[in-house]
Amino acid sequence: MCATCGCDGAAFDGSIEPGHGHGGHGHPHEPGHRHASHDHPHGEPHRHPHHEHDHGAHRPARGGDAHHGPPHGDPDRSHNRFVRARVRTTGREAATAYRGDRRALEIDLLAANDRIAARNRARLERDEVLALNLIGSPGSGKTTLLEALLRELHDLPVSVLEGDQATELDAERIRATGARSIQINTGTGCHLDARMVGWGIDALDLPPRSILFVENVGNLVCPALFDLGERYKAVVLSITEGEEKPLKYPHVFRAADLLLLTKIDLLLHLSFDLDRLLDNVRRIRPGMKVFPLSARTGEGIGDLCGWIRLELAP
Amino acid sequence: MHELSLVEGLVAAVEEQVTTGRIATIRLEIGHLTGVDPEAFRFCFDICKAGTRLEAATLEIVEVAPFGHCRACGEGRSFEPPFPLCPCGSADLELLRGGELRVRDVEVI
Repeated sequence: MCATCGCDGAAFDGSIEPGHGHGGHGHPHEPGHRHASHDHPHGEPHRHPHHEHDHGAHRPARGGDAHHGPPHGDPDRSHNRFVRARVRTTGREAATAYRGDRRALEIDLLAANDRIAARNRARLERDEVLALNLIGSPGSGKTTLLEALLRELHDLPVSVLEGDQATELDAERIRATGARSIQINTGTGCHLDARMVGWGIDALDLPPRSILFVENVGNLVCPALFDLGERYKAVVLSITEGEEKPLKYPHVFRAADLLLLTKIDLLLHLSFDLDRLLDNVRRIRPGMKVFPLSARTGEGIGDLCGWIRLELAP
Repeated sequence: MHELSLVEGLVAAVEEQVTTGRIATIRLEIGHLTGVDPEAFRFCFDICKAGTRLEAATLEIVEVAPFGHCRACGEGRSFEPPFPLCPCGSADLELLRGGELRVRDVEVI
């Protein structure tokens, strides 16, 4: 894709209309214009042979522009470029008159997080650590489910990274089961990011061939966007939250691999339609693996732990 | 709320990479599949830019609709957010666009 105008080749309508500068200032105008009161010091309005390149193959370098040569931020201000570019994207159309130099600048806002996440992932995979990122609303039963899993997996080395805005309460609950746990408080933050998990991995000093549960901050929105370096993301959803959650919070369901459906023991007392939920899950995330669970009765806990053991020792 | 941390990263990265001139416009793409709300992003930007060289900058957000191929029927098309579904009924899609969250360029005066 073109870094200058953001077009994807096929969608660009080809209209770029360069203007010109006058000793440090200038004004945009249409090509073919006439000036009544002054002369042009610089000849004909020029047209760029724009968009003759193939957009498919290149990725422009940072600060530069692969098909226009040097960046538009030309230190020679007399070469100020007043460009009105009409860009058609598959989204909303953008049409803007620019007053200054436009400099191509490729900054992926998630790149910093993704780089650290890749480092976490490499480290975890090297040590054959199975890391699961648990994402769910406050009160969906993440910590209670973890307590049940830890009791069932007591013969294996398991560590837990607890994310909450405040308090050590969850880490204390986990430590009471005998597992190693560290609490990360995000303060005002609404999600764990890869840097925080990197710190947690350092502090936990994970044994090889062990399991790491990351309990994300209770939130179905923000954690979906932040890769932590885990092997799998799991949505923890309790049946008291209703069947429509996959449709209402599609981003997190699309990003996740597993659905851990908790509080299934309440099925008798609620008018919850399991088939409708599963149908909604399939609409958003076909192939999502679903485990119906009850931490209270133990239903499904054995199945999930069986899957975890297989993942740990393939 | 995750918009806040993204905007903080944006302000820091632009300040670091554009070292001369005053930044007037930042143009960025936000794909509909990212779950990032452009209005929340603008709100956070107005707070985060205060006291930086981006203080006078405005944001130009280009929203990018999901685009990809359906693995069931093989057709390439744009999809309607928030949950892309092919008219053939399949949700098994290979999405090529809509996940963008990046700066395209800045205008410096």
